Amino acid sequence: MNFRFEPLSLPPEAENLRCEVREFLTEALRGMPVERRADTWTGFDATFSKALGARGWIGMTWPKQFGGGERSALERYVMLEEVLAAGAPVAAHWFADRQSGPLLLRYGTEEQRRELLPGMAKGEVYFAVGMSEPNVGSDVASVRSRAKPADGGWVLNGAKIWSTFAHLSHYMIALVRTSGEAKDRHAGLSQVLIDLSAPGVTVRPITDITGGEHFNEVIFEDVRLPASAVIGREGDGWNQVMAELAYERSGPERYLSSLQALIQMVTVAAEGHGGDRLRVAIGKAMAHVAVLRQMSLSIAGQLQAGHAPNLEASLVKDLGTSFEQSLPEMLHDVLGLEPSLSGGDAERVHANLLQLAPCFSLRGGTREILRGIIARGLGLR
Amino acid sequence: MSELGNIIEDMIQRLLVDSVDHTLLERSEGGGWEGDLWSKLEENGLPIMLAEPKEKGGEFGWREAYLVAMAAGRHALPLPLPEAIAAGWLLALSGIVAPEGRLGLAAGDGLVVEGDTAHGRLPRVAWGRHLTHVVATTCDQVVLIPVEGCAVVPGDNLAGEPRDDLVFDGVEVLSAPCPPGFGTETSRQLGALLRSAQMAGAIATLLERSLAYAGERQQFGKLIGGFQAVQHMMAVLAEESAAAAMAAEQAFAALDLGRDKDFAIAAAKVRTGEAAGRAASIAHQVLGAMGFAREHPLHFASRRLWSWRAEFGSEAEWAERIADMVIPMGGDGLWAFVTAAQADPM
Repeated sequence: MNFRFEPLSLPPEAENLRCEVREFLTEALRGMPVERRADTWTGFDATFSKALGARGWIGMTWPKQFGGGERSALERYVMLEEVLAAGAPVAAHWFADRQSGPLLLRYGTEEQRRELLPGMAKGEVYFAVGMSEPNVGSDVASVRSRAKPADGGWVLNGAKIWSTFAHLSHYMIALVRTSGEAKDRHAGLSQVLIDLSAPGVTVRPITDITGGEHFNEVIFEDVRLPASAVIGREGDGWNQVMAELAYERSGPERYLSSLQALIQMVTVAAEGHGGDRLRVAIGKAMAHVAVLRQMSLSIAGQLQAGHAPNLEASLVKDLGTSFEQSLPEMLHDVLGLEPSLSGGDAERVHANLLQLAPCFSLRGGTREILRGIIARGLGLR
Repeated sequence: MSELGNIIEDMIQRLLVDSVDHTLLERSEGGGWEGDLWSKLEENGLPIMLAEPKEKGGEFGWREAYLVAMAAGRHALPLPLPEAIAAGWLLALSGIVAPEGRLGLAAGDGLVVEGDTAHGRLPRVAWGRHLTHVVATTCDQVVLIPVEGCAVVPGDNLAGEPRDDLVFDGVEVLSAPCPPGFGTETSRQLGALLRSAQMAGAIATLLERSLAYAGERQQFGKLIGGFQAVQHMMAVLAEESAAAAMAAEQAFAALDLGRDKDFAIAAAKVRTGEAAGRAASIAHQVLGAMGFAREHPLHFASRRLWSWRAEFGSEAEWAERIADMVIPMGGDGLWAFVTAAQADPM
């Protein structure tokens, strides 16, 4: 078969870092309510991001001259899984650390790197991602936002939607059309850097089913961008986006989102409640955690070695998000708790995760898109 | 994969790919012994590949044994090769000199040893009737039981693989103290480990056969693999195959690396067992009535999977053992338990 997952051994420096991160988190998250821990990477807390940045744990792998730590990708992996397992509020710096920073490092101008990366690494400068548009969801290649050349720069018109925390971010990197027509599909799309405080940018929060304001519609009306706003090669944005996907789809955030549900199940069992059905459910879920962690680590190892395991990453994301979604269902099945944000710990975690779970298999490529990619990898398309 | 791994994989593929064919598989379901094939495996040293374990300077470790057990499952090898490998390893670790003959493996919970003799019942021993000796563990000993001193109660599994009960009363045995960390559970645990790799192999075969079929069968004027409904089923089958392989391989690797083998093996049996049911169901759906016909080889994999997932303990049984490991840590200790169990000892 054309996919393979080798077991990975983490180097000692990564395991040593784990203890440091754990100590930090115990202090930083003391007293944090469990239902907020269940927000995991949709929890926004600038104070936490700055504290994490001060420890050198944002942009860990970036060069020191741009505020990075020049640590290995596997050390970063360990930091990430610890932060996510603890339910820390990482959303403020999340996209800067995972996507925007690495993108600027690779394709940005020297000036952009010097100006933006240190602030990102300090946990002070936040980025949003602009992919979907009104009427453009999974079919990202048909984006209609358009930047036209003007006065040695660009003028941007259009709109992006579902941009997580754009209302609290400083910049957005968006995929927009810079040449050609909609029928050209992938050709003519570019990634552009947009200052969200620029004239002509309107950010409108959209309330989600939890009642929270996580995502936004961002409207661009004659927004003037400098020539340097196009990141990388003009017209090559699609390939640049695709090259990032293995990083985005195989991280620990793709299977740990509902860990708080499992923690609550174990807590209930440890108090002597729940019986055999709960015990079996816990054991099965733990087996999934064990295997998903090894798969995710295996991909981290392949990325570190310079490979691009896109098929493997899609397999892990679909498996991982299905698992994340199964946990609140399991909690309901074996404990039968009424989800309630005013109830006990388990009820509150349950209430929050039940409502967040639908988005696990939507964000970062829907389940159907992923299965299509896997089918292509299998030679069926 | 390591160079050693490549060599082992090439060897086992070469040995099995031509010899384990439809005729041999149908014939083997009568419960006989495929002596010629076994001789070939012996000539290549496979049954004794861990008889000189890495711990004692041997060439091969469990990572290589994984490749062999996985290939055995992939080809539905109707011989107890994985069991012989594990039995040889147990003997070597405990210092018992391996006897000439055909070694098998059994769960030891029905075994009572008093001095040099033993009585009890070893349930559902793979190819028990054809073995010369069986290895099992008790709470504190590794025990070598000669089959000629046992009454054989024949049985088989869904795929016609012999699963015989061995009953004995006062049979003379060889025994030695268990290495640290071993006990009554150990031989059953090794059985579960082997089945997890065999299941990963059989699931890989289901994926391969389903892909081949989806790429040649036409309906409504196009290949069925072109239908999105089929593509998405196949994607799930590929996911289950990948997860099963990872589940099994991480457990074999845990033994080589000195990680927590109890958690790794239990997780492997749970996850491969779950994958077995899902994968068989999808493969049979994709192959339609063709896969339901005896003349199509799909069932050599699917019938084994339905048996193997229950052998040496089902998913629920191993899940309860994981629960016993993690619940005492409490909810707050869950994650630390996972990372510690999967870390290499420093």
